[in-house]
Amino acid sequence: MTYLAKPKLHHPSLAKNSVGYTRRDYEGKISTLCAGCGHDSISAAIIQACWELDIQPHRVAKLSGIGCSSKTPDYFLGNSHGFNTVHGRMPSVLTGAYLANRSLIYLGVSGDGDSASIGLGQFAHLMRRGVNMTYIVENNGVYGLTKGQFSATADKGSKSKRGQVNNDAPIDLVTLALVMGATFVARSFSGDKTQLTPLIRAALAHQGAAIIDVLSPCITFNNHTGSTKSYDYVREHNEAVTRLDFITPREEITADYGEGEVIDVRQHDGSILRLRKLHAGYDPSDRRRAMAYIQDHAAQGELVTGLLYVDPEAQDLHQQLGSVDSPLNSLGAAELSPGRAVLEKINAALR
Amino acid sequence: MQKIEAVNDFVIKFANINGSGSASANELLARAILRMGVPVSPRNIFPSNIQGLPTWFEVRITEKGYLGRRGGVDMMVTMNPQTWEQDVREVDPGGYLFYDSSKPLPRGKLRDDIHFIGMPLTEITNDAYQDSRQRQLFKNIIYVGALSTLLGIDPLEIEKLFAEQYKGKEKLLELNVQALHLGREYARENLKPIALSVERRDRVGDRIFVDGNTAAALGCVYGGASVCAWYPITPSSSVPEAFQRYAEKLRIDPATGGHRYAIVQAEDELASIGIVIGAGWNGARAFTATSGPGISLMSEFIGLAYFAEIPAVLINVQRGGPSTGMPTRTQQSDVLACAYASHGDTRHVLLFPEDPYECFEMSAQALDLAERLQTPVFVMTDLDIGMNQRLCRPFAWDDSREYDRGKVMTREALDAGSNFGRYLDVDGDGIPYRTYPGTHPTKGSYFTRGTTKNAYAIYSETGADYTYNMQRLQRKFETAKSLVPLPVLSASRYPARFGAIFYGSTGPAMQEALDALAEQGIYINALRIRAFPFQNEIADFIASHTKVFVLEQNFDGQLKTLLINEAGVNPASLIPILHFDGTPITARFITQQIADRVSHLNVRPFRENRVA
Repeated sequence: MTYLAKPKLHHPSLAKNSVGYTRRDYEGKISTLCAGCGHDSISAAIIQACWELDIQPHRVAKLSGIGCSSKTPDYFLGNSHGFNTVHGRMPSVLTGAYLANRSLIYLGVSGDGDSASIGLGQFAHLMRRGVNMTYIVENNGVYGLTKGQFSATADKGSKSKRGQVNNDAPIDLVTLALVMGATFVARSFSGDKTQLTPLIRAALAHQGAAIIDVLSPCITFNNHTGSTKSYDYVREHNEAVTRLDFITPREEITADYGEGEVIDVRQHDGSILRLRKLHAGYDPSDRRRAMAYIQDHAAQGELVTGLLYVDPEAQDLHQQLGSVDSPLNSLGAAELSPGRAVLEKINAALR
Repeated sequence: MQKIEAVNDFVIKFANINGSGSASANELLARAILRMGVPVSPRNIFPSNIQGLPTWFEVRITEKGYLGRRGGVDMMVTMNPQTWEQDVREVDPGGYLFYDSSKPLPRGKLRDDIHFIGMPLTEITNDAYQDSRQRQLFKNIIYVGALSTLLGIDPLEIEKLFAEQYKGKEKLLELNVQALHLGREYARENLKPIALSVERRDRVGDRIFVDGNTAAALGCVYGGASVCAWYPITPSSSVPEAFQRYAEKLRIDPATGGHRYAIVQAEDELASIGIVIGAGWNGARAFTATSGPGISLMSEFIGLAYFAEIPAVLINVQRGGPSTGMPTRTQQSDVLACAYASHGDTRHVLLFPEDPYECFEMSAQALDLAERLQTPVFVMTDLDIGMNQRLCRPFAWDDSREYDRGKVMTREALDAGSNFGRYLDVDGDGIPYRTYPGTHPTKGSYFTRGTTKNAYAIYSETGADYTYNMQRLQRKFETAKSLVPLPVLSASRYPARFGAIFYGSTGPAMQEALDALAEQGIYINALRIRAFPFQNEIADFIASHTKVFVLEQNFDGQLKTLLINEAGVNPASLIPILHFDGTPITARFITQQIADRVSHLNVRPFRENRVA
């Protein structure tokens, strides 16, 4: 980490997006994570994605659980409200926040210790319910803040820094999300910003539960030989199946691709997910085949990354509940209290 | 043989088998008496089971309007062979036992000091109906018919109740009326009259007949709750279910049909309270309903809401603990668990409703208090209030009432240059301002966390910041004293040396006990506590009496402990009187316990004031 304060003045020549913000306006406090931590790269990708998407920073609510990853919302979007909840329980708090005000953009940041252990239940149920949010798991296979214990995503047979071997089967959050009905499922690598940033943009625009499982090596406790979550190991075994270009409704489509290599997926809001297929035959609209593909490649030691599944017709929880368009937190006594006359009738029926 | 004689003042207890439809039949009888202008107080004493286990239903008929449990049974209606012996034992001498005489009774299991009334119910039912479900259901209506004759209940009132219940289902209506009269005719022709009777009066007035859980749910509708998250647990599940029923009718946008509420049945209590806290953080009024085991699970989150200062309302319908305890029995045994829920130094606001009317009032008030104080607020009801229908004042609502949204800093205030510190005490009441997420592009955002922070919500482990925060929370709790409902004093007719403190569902039985004690010449001033933190009035009350009885429905005397801890009370001045077997406390129990203790306390040692 660095102790140098960030300058408050921005250079006047910094480019502004269409809502008048520079990239710097999306930054937060200085990170207190270790130098070289994968999580900081993810924060940078979140900043880049929000700036590119022309999101007003204060319209984002960022929530997290407990752990290294859960600290990161302090390091981006400094003008957004943030909430560091309790261990593994970000999904429920975020669900409540989203029920209260459907007009904000919800970003949940969690880690493997947070989401794959105590938070596994809440992770699964959030995916089932289709809460409209982006769920980023900063996955490093290790407990950092408590100094290097295995997490539940650590691969069987992988070695800790102290040489211990992990005997437990790993939990694959991507597969679990697919099983649970998530409508946007992606995996990426903190070291591949060109892959990660468009995925975050697309996830933020998705109207439903969007999860991105980001392999994010722990430079201090899990970057050694024998680890399957180190920078070197992930680079070697990374198999990107799709390369995503995210196109907002306002953007022009300019790139040229050969026929058959590209799938355009138009989402509710008019945005287009342009997927360049890097593996022939991969179909990101087929949930069951996506699961099989991920499992087959995992068996060969390959880590499949990219946008793995998307349902552009996803319905979010508020649609399923039939909520009014206005945020529930904006309703007052006039809308919420049925009034005295109705109460008199209720009384009469109870006599 | 002696005969219990009573008009409009007796207790009937029904012994049934769970799942046989008996509760609705018994309730029918109770409602008919109510329609005759005589107050009743029914209590369903049921097992943690859906079908097959014993269940009881007790109806207190009380012209004087004593709605608590009296204790004792004047007439037992035994429809369950499993509990025969126990039910026979329970009848007061001179009382009556109504039973199904289709099969001969085992010898030696009868008593000679009570009156047996046999009716071949199974035979009559089997002769009249072929279908087995009909046999089961109409058997209940037939005994209601017979009892209505014995007790002098107007059959027209029962028929009217049928007509309301089976509106548009004429066939069912007709069948029920037939069954009723089948029972009535048999009783008229074959059964000897008894000395218990109901006579028409006008003692019900404009009161309503409703259960506390329904009332609490309606209080949440009127109080402006728009988010409800819950997990099923007896005896609280009917709170969110009633909230849903009411919201589906009363919270629909007339223009679009959109719902002005969101209900999530969560995966567990952890998620329920998490959702409530998330919604409260984001400016919606939110509540959950649960019972003891749920409170245990929610404790970590309750600490977060306390320390991060987020409004939340928890309706705790208490049941018997510890652990799974007695899921379908009543207790007041979560007082301490809720007052100090979660690790570290925490203290929470508790409200103690006495009846459904106060369940309505206090649930609505809790939503105001939670936002005013930015903290969790517990509505401490229990199974006795929550799941039994009780006669109470009609619900009231003033249309000019605005919700108290507490200290919320607006975009305009931020633009005007207000000094926003999320945990800054600007006016000495310990309550800081908050902003809703999304309020302003550059001002007023902050990071909410369960870790220590300074007054501007910046992470801090500095001792001074921690101390400032804890002392401010203490000031906030002091402020709460002026906002929560005051205790209610029932002053004795004559000056009294002894006082009594009670709360929640003990209220109705206490009123009756105080009258009974006064008849014995024992005069007691009684104070009904309605909230924690305790106001000074409570300590003053205790100080002004030689001894104060503290009546509770738990084993440990939890409110007494809380009084000693929090109100600076001399422990020696408090005498606990505890009822904790899972059944609702009775007036007879209270009367006897207080009378016994008073007689001991009145025996003064000869050399009391001498110093050895």
